[in-house]
Amino acid sequence: MDRPVTLVTGTRKGIGRFLAEHFVRLGHRVIGCSRSEFDGTLEHYVHYRVDVSDEQGVKQLVADVRKTWGRLDHLINNAGIASMNHSLLTPLSTVRDVLTTNVVGTFLFCREAAKVMKTMRFGRIVNLTTVAVPLKLEGEAAYVASKAAVLSLTQVLAKELADFGITVNALGPVPTETDLIRSVPKDKIDRLLSRQAIPRFGTFEDIANVVDFYFKPESGFITGQCLYLGGV
Amino acid sequence: MRQDLVPLIVKQIHELNGQHGVKVPADLSSDTPLFGREGILESLGLVSLVVSVEQAIEDEFGVSISLADDRALAQTKSPYRTVASLAEYAGHLIQQVEGQHG
Ligand SMILES: NC(=O)c1ccc[n+]([C@@H]2O[C@H](COP(=O)([O-])OP(=O)(O)OC[C@H]3O[C@@H](n4cnc5c(N)ncnc54)[C@H](OP(=O)(O)O)[C@@H]3O)[C@@H](O)[C@H]2O)c1
Repeated sequence: MDRPVTLVTGTRKGIGRFLAEHFVRLGHRVIGCSRSEFDGTLEHYVHYRVDVSDEQGVKQLVADVRKTWGRLDHLINNAGIASMNHSLLTPLSTVRDVLTTNVVGTFLFCREAAKVMKTMRFGRIVNLTTVAVPLKLEGEAAYVASKAAVLSLTQVLAKELADFGITVNALGPVPTETDLIRSVPKDKIDRLLSRQAIPRFGTFEDIANVVDFYFKPESGFITGQCLYLGGV
Repeated sequence: MRQDLVPLIVKQIHELNGQHGVKVPADLSSDTPLFGREGILESLGLVSLVVSVEQAIEDEFGVSISLADDRALAQTKSPYRTVASLAEYAGHLIQQVEGQHG
């Protein structure tokens, strides 16, 4: 009955899928969402087909969580899209999509989740950003700008939500083998990896480890921080 | 204005008593200033009230509205001035949502 309730966005595949499975294994009740259906079944997991930038959809999802389980302990804003292209070749519609999913989506979930966490006077929010922000990676202007915005949101919300017992932190993975980076040429990835202190791909476990750290009861004094993997 | 919204908001204000430095006056009425110079709520109290009113409306009427508003802190136009103005604003939003769903 008193399983912690963990909400993860973008769980159909990639990092989000792994995190959903990871927290189910740790005994959490996991709620996930993505624009498409979730293939297969996962015990103690409920999937919602919701676009993270759809305000009414997000509100309804969080309201359902509150009514069904009466609590929300953790939120991971993982859903994200990228556009790997020179700025001069990037259509406006792509810029809008990237900002809407990555920034607006993260904002909406933080806002709605915090309302529930506030009544419990406890909550942990983790937002996904990327090492491309400190590396100022060329060829991904819209994506990097969107993730820089996610970082700023994290830092400001950490202050605004501190009084309610909610911590807000960010995590910046290095390239991790998912569909998100499938279209990036190998030489570009190699150059990127070589800028890390530890030049290898990131794994899902590397990411889950940082989230576990932020979720620990002992991490209640850690907020507004961003942890980059790989020594960036 | 929907009359049922006033008691709903008053109840939420009473539940805030003692939290975030909120002291609810004994003679709380629909004209009591909530926010602003003579208001009984500081900004955290206001945030809490707005959120708990949203949740109470969702629970009691099954309608999910967002009371967020850019005029929040404007002295004269804020929908959060008094219980009455908040009730009027909420009523208006509920009507909009119900209108959308037929
Ligand atoms: N992989 C990397 O190298 C890397 C590096 C640094 C940071 N990251 C960050 O890690 C996060 C996850 O990336 P990933 O590599 O796992 O990507 P991915 O494999 O492409 O998966 C993205 C997930 O997000 C969902 N999603 C996308 N747009 C959505 C929307 N508007 N609403 C709801 N769900 C949406 C997708 O499902 P649907 O298509 O069904 O919606 C999918 O489940 C992203 O925020 C990304 O920026 C990744």
